[in-house]
Amino acid sequence: MITVTNQKPLEEVTESLGQCQRVYIIGCGTCATMLHTGGKSEVLEMKRQLEESGKQVTGWMVIPTACDALTREALAEEAADVAKADCILVMSCAFGVQTVSLYADIAVYPVLNTLFIGKEESPGHFIEVCAQCGNCVLARTAGICPIIRCAKSLQNGPCGGSVEGKCEVSPDIPCAWQLIIERLGELGQMDVLEEVVPPKDWDTSPSGGPRHIVVQY
Amino acid sequence: MKAETNLEKVLESGAFAVTAEAGPPKGTGTRGMSRRGEMLLPYCDAVNVTDNQTAIVRMCSLAGCVLLKQQGVDPVMQMVTRDRNRIALQSDILGAVAMGIGNILCLSGDHQKFGNHPSAKGVFDIDSVQLIQTMKKMRDEGLFICGEEVSGRVPLFIGAAENPYADPFEFRVTRLAKKIKAGVDFIQTQAVYDVPKFARWMQMVTDRGLDQQVHILAGVIPIRAVGMARYMRDSVSGVSVPDEIITRMEKAKEAKVEGVKIIGEIIEQLKEITGVHGVHIMAVGWEEIVPEIVEAAGLYPRPLL
Repeated sequence: MITVTNQKPLEEVTESLGQCQRVYIIGCGTCATMLHTGGKSEVLEMKRQLEESGKQVTGWMVIPTACDALTREALAEEAADVAKADCILVMSCAFGVQTVSLYADIAVYPVLNTLFIGKEESPGHFIEVCAQCGNCVLARTAGICPIIRCAKSLQNGPCGGSVEGKCEVSPDIPCAWQLIIERLGELGQMDVLEEVVPPKDWDTSPSGGPRHIVVQY
Repeated sequence: MKAETNLEKVLESGAFAVTAEAGPPKGTGTRGMSRRGEMLLPYCDAVNVTDNQTAIVRMCSLAGCVLLKQQGVDPVMQMVTRDRNRIALQSDILGAVAMGIGNILCLSGDHQKFGNHPSAKGVFDIDSVQLIQTMKKMRDEGLFICGEEVSGRVPLFIGAAENPYADPFEFRVTRLAKKIKAGVDFIQTQAVYDVPKFARWMQMVTDRGLDQQVHILAGVIPIRAVGMARYMRDSVSGVSVPDEIITRMEKAKEAKVEGVKIIGEIIEQLKEITGVHGVHIMAVGWEEIVPEIVEAAGLYPRPLL
C-alpha cells in the first residue's frame, strides 16, 4: 500500500508561491521517493527550476516519513535555514503537507496532488483498490471492490457498458463486475449474485462528514 | 393493475406494444416536445422521455413528461441514478406521480465522462436495481427507503433497461432475474440489430420462465446513414451491428429508405420471438420516421383501451 502522488504543473506551484522570494523545500523519503515525485532528485530538480525562475532556495531536506510526528524535530533541526524562507514547499502527499503545516510558522504549499492509496499491480503500475468507504462490501464481491473499481460504484452490477471485460469509461480499465463474476464463479459462489443488494450506508464514507476514531490502547 | 397507465393496459391485454422516445430540448422551449407528442400519439402506446441522456444537460425528464401528457401521450419518465441521490430521486418520484406520470424507467445512466460536463461529480448513491426496489417499496408498502411512510398512493408501472449484448453474456439473464426480484414490471432493451444473438438471450430468459414475470420490449434504433451504422458498431458500447447491415447501408441508393426497411425486417423477426411483448423505437432526433415504421410493421392503429 502506498500513497500515490503526481506533481502539479510548475506554473501552478509558482502561482501559489506568489510574492514569496525565499523558499525552503521538503521532500519525503517514503511514498513520494518510491514514486519519484518527491525524493531527493525531485527536490533538487525543483530547487534548480525555482532558482532558474529567480527564486532563492534557503535550504532543503528529505524527511524519512513526512507524515510522521518526527517531522517536528526535523523542522527544529533545520530551523536556521527554514527561518530565512518566506514559505515552505512540500513534495509529499497531503498527509505530509498537513503535518509540516502543523509545525511550521510560515506558509506551506503543496507541490504534489495526492491521487489515491494504491497497490502496485505490476512494476510501476499502481491501481486503486479501496475507497475507504468505511463499510466493507468485499464479503459479497469475492474480494474485489466495486465501490472503487466500478466507475459507477454499482452494487448490483455490471451495467450495460461492460464489453469484453472492459469498462465503458476506458478500454484500459477492467470491468470490476466482470472480475467479480469470474472470481465468484471460481469460488462456486455465483448464487451471491442473485441477491438484490439494498442501498448502501454511505454515512461511514467522507459524505458522512470528517471521520475520526478514538482507539483505546 | 399497478398504475393503470396506457402502457400497462396494452401490455396486460396481451397486445404487442409500441413505445417511442423523445429527448427534451437543450433549452426552455416547449413547442418541440409538444409537437412530437402530438405526432407520436396515434402511433405509440407510450413515449419515453430521456433523462439527460449521454450526460448532456437538457430539460428535466419530469417537465418533458408533463409536456407530453398535455398532448394526451402516456409518458415513461426515465430516471438515472448518476445525478441525484436517494433523497432527490424519491422526491422526484412523488412529483411525477402528483403530475399523473405512472411509468418510470430506472437506469444508472451513462457515465458523466461522456457528456458535456465531464468534470461533474457522479452521484451513484444507489444503482438502477436499488431504484427499482425503491419504487416497489413506495408503491406496494407505502414506504420510503428509510422506512417512513409516504402519504398518498404511489401507483407506478416500473421499468428498467437491459442490454442483451453487454458482457458477461451468460450473466445478463441473472441480472434480469435480479431486476425482476427487485420489482420491475417491464423491460426495454438496448437496440437489437443482431437478432440471432438477441434470440439466444431470449431463449435463456424463457428457459428460466422470466418472460412470464416481466414484459420485455425489444429496442430498435432506425439507421439514417451508413456513417451512423458504423458509429453504432464502433463507438456505442454494448451495441452489436452485423456487417451485413453495414454492407446493405453502403450499397443502398437511398440510405434512409434502406434503414427503414432494415428496421422493419428486424421488427418482423422480433414479433416472432417468444417472450417479446413489444418494441421500443428509439429514433431520437428522427422521431418523424416513427409513424412510417409503425405502419410498415403492421402495428397501426394502436389499441384504444
